[in-house]
Amino acid sequence: MNIILALMGAQTKLAQFGDTSITWILNILFYVIFIVFIFYGQRIQMYVMLREVEVSLYKLKFIKEEGRKIAVETIKEIGKPQADPTDKVDRFLEYFTIGPQNLDPAGVVWKLEHILDVRDTRFKDEVKSMAPASDEIQVNNLENTLEAASALNFIYKVIRHYYLLGKKTLSLYVIMQIQMILPLVMREAEAYASALKAFAYGQPIGDGAGALVAAKLMHGYETRKVAKDCVVATVPYEGRTAFVIKAEGPGGNVGKPGDAIKAVIEENEGKIATVIMIDAALKLEGEELGEVAEGVGAAIGGPGVDQYKIEDSLLKYHISINAVVIKEDIGDAVSPLRKEVFDSTDKVLERVKQVVVEKTKEGDKVIIAGIGNTIGIGQ
Amino acid sequence: MSGTSASTTTSRISSFVLLVVFITLALSLVALIFAAALVVGYFNVGNDLTGAYVLLALGILGIAISTYVLVETRRRLSKLKIVVPPVMTTVECRKCGVKNVREFQRGDYIFKETDPCQKCNDKMLITAIYREVKEKEKERFPF
Repeated sequence: MNIILALMGAQTKLAQFGDTSITWILNILFYVIFIVFIFYGQRIQMYVMLREVEVSLYKLKFIKEEGRKIAVETIKEIGKPQADPTDKVDRFLEYFTIGPQNLDPAGVVWKLEHILDVRDTRFKDEVKSMAPASDEIQVNNLENTLEAASALNFIYKVIRHYYLLGKKTLSLYVIMQIQMILPLVMREAEAYASALKAFAYGQPIGDGAGALVAAKLMHGYETRKVAKDCVVATVPYEGRTAFVIKAEGPGGNVGKPGDAIKAVIEENEGKIATVIMIDAALKLEGEELGEVAEGVGAAIGGPGVDQYKIEDSLLKYHISINAVVIKEDIGDAVSPLRKEVFDSTDKVLERVKQVVVEKTKEGDKVIIAGIGNTIGIGQ
Repeated sequence: MSGTSASTTTSRISSFVLLVVFITLALSLVALIFAAALVVGYFNVGNDLTGAYVLLALGILGIAISTYVLVETRRRLSKLKIVVPPVMTTVECRKCGVKNVREFQRGDYIFKETDPCQKCNDKMLITAIYREVKEKEKERFPF
């Protein structure tokens, strides 16, 4: 009853107000909004962008914290440390590497290699001190887990830096540039997040597709160490002798394929008919996952030290180089191996066979190098 | 993991956004009540209905916008979890060809020798570890 009375009162007042007044109000409202947008349009746009970055930053913070938590829990579970490793993990996440000075580029590759070696030794020592009960395979896996957590920490800090800088300076261009690349950054962060679990459990990842092909070729044959963290097997292959190289598994590492290929070439005094490199390659949008492509050149990523060494050795003896790659995106490369990529390793074996038969003669020696992180892949 | 995200959800929604959403919602409700009052007036006194239409439109629009913002904010926050896809391990007996597919266990790796085969007692071998992703229907492009 009271509601009906209230409604009756309201309708009488509104009737007095009249429709002309409502039209007037709407007109004024329209002009006010129009003028506000003329003067403050850019600022409103900036706040919308900032809000978007802020939402992603929350997500990044969550992923980063989860990464840290997974790293600490895995170390506690595998490494059985006496004390809580959280402080050491936090210190590890803040590690940085300073690249060599390249004002005088001569010899920069060796300087870079030295720095990377020092970094690798330092990381392994740190992991061993954090997780004393872990074996060599577990140390490698833990190192990979910590590196993924560290990458997430770095991404979060960079985005936070630009967000706060944008907020402080209210510069549209500072905010705009971070907002524009945000979808790609988030994609990479999500990829690292799924990599964390894979590294912690020692599951094979997409990047290891090349190493898996090599493992399939060398399985059942005797292997020997040829360079740091690399193994080679001498395999009779289509009437030729194949030296199959991969990083030593199943711990997470990429080895030093540059040194391994160089060593095998030198052992055979340069009498190698061809080198075939197999690696995972980033696919372009629109390409199928696990698509196999063939080409020439050293198929290897990373900082470039190994590629330089391989090219140098090949040039010395004028050896041809072929590459077979498996296409995948960044997310698939660092997360557990997808079935499509696993299945395409058989197609790669076919391609390799084709290249060997077409490009070499019976009795020749060939090098087949499977490049990539060999986590979860034995030999 | 999802428990963690759920417990901190409310703290992640900005109080300013919440305030704006609830004010819009309240104003929209008031607009709807006034619209109803005008309709009642139309039946009682025979007023013009234009004002009622405008208020009705404003009220519905306000409710729609504020509900969308609330739902969207919650949806974004509920996405905050690291999805762990199931990873499968294929164990095979090279001698008799028996094949088992089971969930991945820590310590598994490709070409690892595992327990003896139940059929022929020969050592079984892990031949594959992979994850299967059921992809959504792909958008078709003419190129």
